Amino acid sequence: MKSIEELKALRAKAQENVTLRKEDGTCRIVVGMATCGIAAGARPVLLKFVEEVKARGLNNVMVSQSGCLGMCALEPMVQVFMPDQEKVTYCKVHPEMVSRIITEHIVNGKPVTEYTYGAYVKE
Amino acid sequence: MELIRSHVMVCGGTGCTSSNSLQIIAKMEALLKEKGLDNEVKVVRTGCFGLCAAGPIMIIYPEAAFYSHVQVEDVEEIVNEHLIKGRVVQRLLYKEDHAEAQHVALNEVGFYKKQIRVALRNCGVIDPENINEYIAFDGYQALAKVLTEYTPEDVVDILKRSGLRGRGGAGFPTGLKWDLARKPVADQKYVCCNADEGDPGAFMDRSVLEGDPHAVLEAMAIAGYTIGANQGYIYVRAEYPIAVHRLGVAIRQAKEMGLLGENILGTGFTFNIDLRLGAGAFVCGEETALMTSIEGKRGEPHPRPPFPAVKGLFGKPTLLNNVETYANIPQIINKGPEWFASMGTEKSKGTKVFALGGKITNTGLVEIPMGTTLREIIYDIGGGIPGGKAFKAAQTGGPSGGCIPAANLDTPIDYDNLIAIGSMMGSGGLIVMDEDNCMVDIARFFLDFTVDESCGKCPPCRIGTRRMLEILNRICDGRGREGDIELLETLGENIKKSALCGLGQTAPNPVLSTIHHFRDEYEAHIREKRCPAGVCTKLTKFVINQDVCKKCGLCSRTCPVGAITGDRKAGIPFTIDSAKCIKCGACQEACKFGAISRK
Repeated sequence: MKSIEELKALRAKAQENVTLRKEDGTCRIVVGMATCGIAAGARPVLLKFVEEVKARGLNNVMVSQSGCLGMCALEPMVQVFMPDQEKVTYCKVHPEMVSRIITEHIVNGKPVTEYTYGAYVKE
Repeated sequence: MELIRSHVMVCGGTGCTSSNSLQIIAKMEALLKEKGLDNEVKVVRTGCFGLCAAGPIMIIYPEAAFYSHVQVEDVEEIVNEHLIKGRVVQRLLYKEDHAEAQHVALNEVGFYKKQIRVALRNCGVIDPENINEYIAFDGYQALAKVLTEYTPEDVVDILKRSGLRGRGGAGFPTGLKWDLARKPVADQKYVCCNADEGDPGAFMDRSVLEGDPHAVLEAMAIAGYTIGANQGYIYVRAEYPIAVHRLGVAIRQAKEMGLLGENILGTGFTFNIDLRLGAGAFVCGEETALMTSIEGKRGEPHPRPPFPAVKGLFGKPTLLNNVETYANIPQIINKGPEWFASMGTEKSKGTKVFALGGKITNTGLVEIPMGTTLREIIYDIGGGIPGGKAFKAAQTGGPSGGCIPAANLDTPIDYDNLIAIGSMMGSGGLIVMDEDNCMVDIARFFLDFTVDESCGKCPPCRIGTRRMLEILNRICDGRGREGDIELLETLGENIKKSALCGLGQTAPNPVLSTIHHFRDEYEAHIREKRCPAGVCTKLTKFVINQDVCKKCGLCSRTCPVGAITGDRKAGIPFTIDSAKCIKCGACQEACKFGAISRK
């Protein structure tokens, strides 16, 4: 390393690898990963969330797991906790739905109503 | 593609390593590979988390689930439940006050709540053997800032304004020390780091070196720039193999990255650091003895002046600081002296790391702002004294310090207050004693240590401390004489005034301080031939409480010397013959009814 610019660039790159450990996550995405969730395909969903969050450089978003929420028929379920917002629960999430949830809900703060628990109950 | 969704931090400090944390890491890595999770979950071996009593410790991010007492057999459950199914393993979560198991994140635990981690900020947070992680947490930014924006005078000024004082024990203002080493003009100067941590019970320097070695390297390079030195030495105990290893790795990585060596960051500044291993002599933690030892000579102190800042290592101006002092410096540069000075008391700024030991629930390392009271440290952070016993005293400053009695529990702890109550900060060992500790015996323990470690160069320390130990031995053996206390006081005062180095000058402190606060215990030993705490074996007596005794005869059969006699059928009560009794305590342990007690 020959200059301070190089050090700063290295720091920025290195920080990407440790964001998980910084406890300033303001938004939490929790994927239900009990047996029912895994059987319904929660793992690809979880990985897709991790991938999207990383690709977009969303440093304040934490992707986590939880156990069974009790409505196994609606798995994979994903709960999103945003500051100053009520918890939003998504049902039967597919990896293809992840990108839209991230764009509309996580980044722009508008829940994707048609994917939510409320929408399924109405049907 | 590697997409890490979870970090598993496992403590690789000395404490947890000795309770198998390395096997836990190996098992975890093998299992993750087997289940195809090795591209999603990263296992990091960190430095010490501080809560050594609850080790081995594991923290899983992003949930920050805080697991304690993890065993190798538990790893499979953690992988299956937590990492695959997202269910936190409740039974392994750290429990406070035996409350119900709950999902406690690291920063919610009472042990950490009152702490402010400055010197220990990266311990348990980063992988100490990976320079990139240190850089991610702002590592080497302070060095870059100093090399490009500050003059050496600026750095001295920042340290002076921060109010940082030496964390090795004496509390000398660091800014002033750097200034004194900066001023002399010389063809060669040196920067040294004192990592010869020798106080019984103190291990904060080891933790910093094991958990965040680059912080010390960075601060030493800043020191080199400030005083005009291009060579640094870290004098570290060979008994700290993990610290030595990680320092070696850190130095190599920093050199490869161009953060140590020639022309650092293209600024033209050159600085190298080498390790020197100490063989474990306590006196080598004294600055003049330490430098003599680095020179390859026998580690003996010599009188000051000349001070190291004028004539130190190899006769050249030398700056010597302690590990913890260095660990504070990069952050003072990064966050500013005002930030640092906003913590602490009027004359003692910042935070101090204490190693909690003795009769305390949460044995381990804590970092708290100066001015925190002993009561907060022991009860709020340390979790109090096990078994509901009463607090008697706390020893600070190791064999150079003194004890703090219950009356001073609410004294804010800083350098000056501790000296005012007859103790000293020392390196930060804090040993808690309860009603079962005999203060004469404690004084004897510390003096025994200094007698062993005296280098023998000056008579007050070599002969004086030995005479004091002999007096303490006879007091504990029941041969104490009237006037012994006064004799100890006179001897102690004289040694303090006449010994050559800090070791001798402070050696009588534990004795003088226990006499000051617990004179009655000394008097009980001498006049009544009685040890109130029941520790000094020659002064204790085992007795059988006849009201509780069921005359089963188990004690009599257990006694190895046949000192207990009695007969149930003949109606002869069981009694202990004090003349025959060797005070081994076997009868007390054997008795199922608790009828035998020490007096």
